[in-house]
Amino acid sequence: MTELHIKQTDTGLAYLFSGRMNAGGIAGIWDRACNGLAGHDGAALTLDLSGVTYFDMAGAALIVHLERMARDGNRDTVRMIGLDKSAATLVERLSKTDLAVPDPARPGGRIRRMVENQGQSLGEFWQDVHTFISFFGELCWFFFVGLLRPNRIRWKETLRVAEKAGVNALPIVALISFIVGLVMAFQSAIPMKMFGAEIYVANLIGLAMVRELGPLMTAIVLAGRSASAFAAEIGTMKINEEIDALSIMGLEPVRFLILPRVIASTLMTPLLTVFAILVGILGGAVVILSMGHPFSAYYNQVVGFVTWGDFVGGMIKCFVFGVLIGATGCIRGYQTRQGPSAVGEAATRAVVSSIILVAVFDGIFSIIYYVLDV
Amino acid sequence: MKEPIIQVKHLYAGYDGQAIMEDLTFDIGKGEIFVILGGSGCGKSTVLKHMIGLLPPVSGQVLIHGQNMVTARGKERTRLLQQIGVAFQNGALFGSMTVLENIMLPLTAFTDLPDDAARTLALAKLGLVNLNRNSHQLPGELSGGMRKRAAIARAMALDPEVLFLDEPSAGLDPLTSAEVDQLIRDLAQTLGITFVIVTHELESILTIADNTIMLEKETKGIIARGHPKDLKADPENEYAYRFFNRNPGKEMTS
Repeated sequence: MTELHIKQTDTGLAYLFSGRMNAGGIAGIWDRACNGLAGHDGAALTLDLSGVTYFDMAGAALIVHLERMARDGNRDTVRMIGLDKSAATLVERLSKTDLAVPDPARPGGRIRRMVENQGQSLGEFWQDVHTFISFFGELCWFFFVGLLRPNRIRWKETLRVAEKAGVNALPIVALISFIVGLVMAFQSAIPMKMFGAEIYVANLIGLAMVRELGPLMTAIVLAGRSASAFAAEIGTMKINEEIDALSIMGLEPVRFLILPRVIASTLMTPLLTVFAILVGILGGAVVILSMGHPFSAYYNQVVGFVTWGDFVGGMIKCFVFGVLIGATGCIRGYQTRQGPSAVGEAATRAVVSSIILVAVFDGIFSIIYYVLDV
Repeated sequence: MKEPIIQVKHLYAGYDGQAIMEDLTFDIGKGEIFVILGGSGCGKSTVLKHMIGLLPPVSGQVLIHGQNMVTARGKERTRLLQQIGVAFQNGALFGSMTVLENIMLPLTAFTDLPDDAARTLALAKLGLVNLNRNSHQLPGELSGGMRKRAAIARAMALDPEVLFLDEPSAGLDPLTSAEVDQLIRDLAQTLGITFVIVTHELESILTIADNTIMLEKETKGIIARGHPKDLKADPENEYAYRFFNRNPGKEMTS
């Protein structure tokens, strides 16, 4: 047990310490020791450590701290008694150390800092847009060069990524679409039934899945799954200076790392979407079958209502979503800054940006299709 | 030899049931600076991970104060862990906290110290490794050597009895490296802290180590043990002799 007695003597203040002076021990006496000095400016201070059974750096820090406070309070005489040799060495070592936190505050008041911060984030935003566009240009350039000379594209890597980001994503894409189809059919069947029109649920599910929900759900799942993976992979490579190593070897990182991922993502997104549409429509079928309609009725209804034009429209969207997801993931990974949390940040930014872009482009497509009357 | 604080008994070190080091037995005395040596990739860091209880060994025991680090659970394990401090090879500082907050973390988690007291103690530790001017920075803003020193300061935060350091002076400039060596010696002498160090910085081994074991990949065991100066002077033990004299062995005829 650590104890501190503060005695007022004729010569000044005396602090009598006893017990274990380690971090756990001094916790109980720290505030009292520091506050005890208040109001006694100028009086001599004696620190008596004769009763101390254990003394480590925590104890030494308290002693040095008290000594500093005493000197700040115009006490010229601070005496220490009862220190053994090792304690004295510790105190001496620590007394050379500056125990004040340096103040890194930027100049200016709060308002100036606020304006500065706003300006900085706006600048970063423009910088971001600029990087995105120039990066996309570079990507297109390497893609067309790759089309002219296909052996410049790393097909093996492309296939590996396609398997990881495409094939392995099939179960989750299928599950989500099945549930979306099922739930949507169920929710719409209830009001439709009131009019005896529940078979038209097939039209609704077919059209919604093919034109809108199939591509969108797939894109959102892939944005969460692949874009973050790309960003994390490339971000880690950036932190480990692997990207610098690539460029020093004369291998363009965009062609070497990013192009395979974007190609894989562009090709896999439509394929996954086809599955998503199919499984989603099957989800709707489950509801219709459970209401006593035959499967052939559901099938004929869907096939008779949904046109090839709807399907092609949905597929075109998917290609664009695929490019967006792949490119955004890679760009965010490429922008990774230094530091241990940077990769996590890059992955988050990749998911957020790609979902935003997918949503925005989905809106743009809706307008285009409306104007074109597709 | 002084009373042992750490006893390693018939330790088979490795991952997934595959031993890369077999039947290691050694004692580490209180206040000793003990260096684990060996070529790259021989399993030094794995042995260290077994000793700090981070990785269960294939078989064998690691006793700290007679208590088994490997099988300890719950409160007993927490108590044992508070007696040791570990500085990892790359620092392993928490990136979202400033250097000062990193050092304050164990202090505020395991004691009732008021905040300003914890801050003063943490600054004292940072002062020992000459980092108190960088206390407000994030680990990401520090250089590799600074991060390493900050990690040593964090390992010392609770004044543990045993400090495990994984490559403490690798990548440091000679002056800083010498300062770290000096610090280790001082702490061992004044506080009686026991050090277990994994390193292959010859100069620092020769200056600070009281005792060493040298591991070798081929024989999967301890190939030499003793004071480094003895090993350096003893051509009988060929691998250790070559290691300390930086002799790759090809043209070693005389």
